[in-house]
Amino acid sequence: MLGVLELSYREKIGHWKHGGIVGVFGYGGGVIGRYSDVPEKFPDIAHFHTLRINMPASWFYTTEALRGLCDIWERHGSGLTNMHGSTGDIIFLGTSTPELEPTFAELTNMGFDLGGSGSVLRTPSCCVGPARCEWACYDTLKLTYDITMHYQDELHRPMFPYKFKFKMAGCPNDCVASIARADLSIIGTWRDKIQINHDAVREYAKKGKDIQSDVINNCPSKCMKWDGKTLHIEDSECNHCMHCINVMPKALRPGKDRGACLLIGAKAPIMEGALLSSVLVPFIKMEPPYTELYELVDKIWELWGEEGKNRERVGEYIQRIGLGNFLEMIEVEPIPEMVAHPRENPYIFFEEYFEDDDEEGTDE
Amino acid sequence: MSQAAPRKTDIGPPQYEKFLPPIVKKNYGKWLYHEILKPGVMVHVAESGDKLFTVRAGSPRLISIMTIRKFCDFADKYCSGFLRFTSRNNVEFLLTDQTKIDPLIADLKAVGFPVGGLGNSISNIVHTQGWVHCHSSATDASGIVKSVMDDLIEYFTGMKLPGKLRIALACCLNMCGAVHCSDIAILGVHRRPPKVQHDNLKKLCEIPTLISSCPTGAIRTAMVDGKESVEIEEDLCMYCANCYTVCPATALNDPLNDGISIWVGGKVSNARHEPMFSKLAIPYIPNNPPRWPEVVSAVRNLVEIWAKDARKYERMGEWINRIGWPRFFKKAGIEFTKYHIDDFKFAGTTYKKSVHLKY
Repeated sequence: MLGVLELSYREKIGHWKHGGIVGVFGYGGGVIGRYSDVPEKFPDIAHFHTLRINMPASWFYTTEALRGLCDIWERHGSGLTNMHGSTGDIIFLGTSTPELEPTFAELTNMGFDLGGSGSVLRTPSCCVGPARCEWACYDTLKLTYDITMHYQDELHRPMFPYKFKFKMAGCPNDCVASIARADLSIIGTWRDKIQINHDAVREYAKKGKDIQSDVINNCPSKCMKWDGKTLHIEDSECNHCMHCINVMPKALRPGKDRGACLLIGAKAPIMEGALLSSVLVPFIKMEPPYTELYELVDKIWELWGEEGKNRERVGEYIQRIGLGNFLEMIEVEPIPEMVAHPRENPYIFFEEYFEDDDEEGTDE
Repeated sequence: MSQAAPRKTDIGPPQYEKFLPPIVKKNYGKWLYHEILKPGVMVHVAESGDKLFTVRAGSPRLISIMTIRKFCDFADKYCSGFLRFTSRNNVEFLLTDQTKIDPLIADLKAVGFPVGGLGNSISNIVHTQGWVHCHSSATDASGIVKSVMDDLIEYFTGMKLPGKLRIALACCLNMCGAVHCSDIAILGVHRRPPKVQHDNLKKLCEIPTLISSCPTGAIRTAMVDGKESVEIEEDLCMYCANCYTVCPATALNDPLNDGISIWVGGKVSNARHEPMFSKLAIPYIPNNPPRWPEVVSAVRNLVEIWAKDARKYERMGEWINRIGWPRFFKKAGIEFTKYHIDDFKFAGTTYKKSVHLKY
């Protein structure tokens, strides 16, 4: 490995052949095949396939589990890993084709399964959530595990036009970057009042925090006031941006009526340009058995699965057919929360119009 | 035929509760507040009064099983055998005994793992495969990340910046990871069109998929020397390499012209300003392994001008929004070129349409 990397550094070019289709029986993904283009020079890495292994939610481990994984990889692979891949998987970096099945057998015996690759549901991931964060507005770990188990078939066997990712963030700080890196971004939020501990606010002020400039002046909706003694928040005007809570974690907490905002469509530039996810459902309670969420996801997959073009991410599909049409087809009502602003051009496709001999409007 | 062995499939990942430390299980969802005690060390206080101390250490992400076992040794010694990794690939040790924090930090430092990455710091660089494992990389990942972090280590182990600064790297514009939404992003780019292997193309590639893989419609069917193949309108090609992703016969890696672009001003959090994409700062810097000195100094320059000029809490993108892009280029000493001006779909939305200008 170091040999081929040194060659790449000298020549300023990679030395891996294009693609490589390998895997384990029963699954259509989870292994990234890779072959060296200089196998005669570096026969040990002529095959250098990667296994993606589904990590436990929020990347918590016991040393017993990690040592078990290390032992498997010592027996069957290069001993190199990525902790972790960007989507969240444990990456076993480098092995040969005959080792794939034995590695998989040992992994499943230990309770670990492969993650996703290809045109599948990719491995869902989440922030640390309620395990160690006072801002978590729903149980990101529980939902991540539930989604992963609920959709095992979709994760292991390609059945989509292209890849699809879920990421679960407990609050709008979005510590897993879900709004940028997931086709469905589930971001925790609240809809009642921010909980204020007034004594703790005064304590911050006494200890030198400039409440006016640090907190009030940075509020994007300008919905806060501070008279030197009492902090006032006009909660109905609050954008839920988290700034004031971030700055004074001992004094301010998210409200008690908690749930999540669902946003859809994020992706990297290929093909039609990068997208951030946009609002689909402003607020939804996020508790097991997550029926409402799964019903919505199933509708989206049914539509995009049928209509999406080859290698078209759901965000691009929505751009192609229009968000308004997409909403209609998945039976979600359009609301102003879904747009940054209404359209600026007059190129409107009307579906309602009058006929000459009609008194009433026709609704097609 | 032999009987197939019983096969376990679709078991999913282990249930996470098996891996939670007892203090986390007990106080799950009942945390009250947290405080950063010093660089890389924070405490979470639960409603029960329990305290959980976290020590965050930098990790190169690409690690051997020996390194993982070393982390396990420390977790056994100090944390009853529990640890976790973060979404930026740092490793976190979870302690209940405050007196063990400094010995753990000393042990980590002794084997080369810096402690930091919390608060107003530069945390780990989210990055990709590079020449270690990917066929489409225009640059390396691990090498540049090591070079940049060596240079900026004071900002990882300290908390002296106005706000958070996130750096990400992707070795091609598939942008695996967080390059399109980071304060500073390092992106591998090509500058030459693919060299089509006409002899092999029909054997290796699906031509319709290949043609539809091009964002600018630069690929056409063509007969070359009696063989079905494609031709590339070089004037329309901007070297994105998506055709190579779907077709091995359109390689475009080029040692002479592949290199690095640098992007600024993206963020994903909603704090203060809405999430923003990163925008182009430097169109091209040649690859210069093993230390990429030009990239390292360009990143340091961007960190320093922001750190000097930004207001408290102001992320790179928020700072640039306030001062304006002309000021940014002037302060950063970066030449503005025609390459900075968008010319893809809806490019016009990025032009300046007012006389709100500074002279």
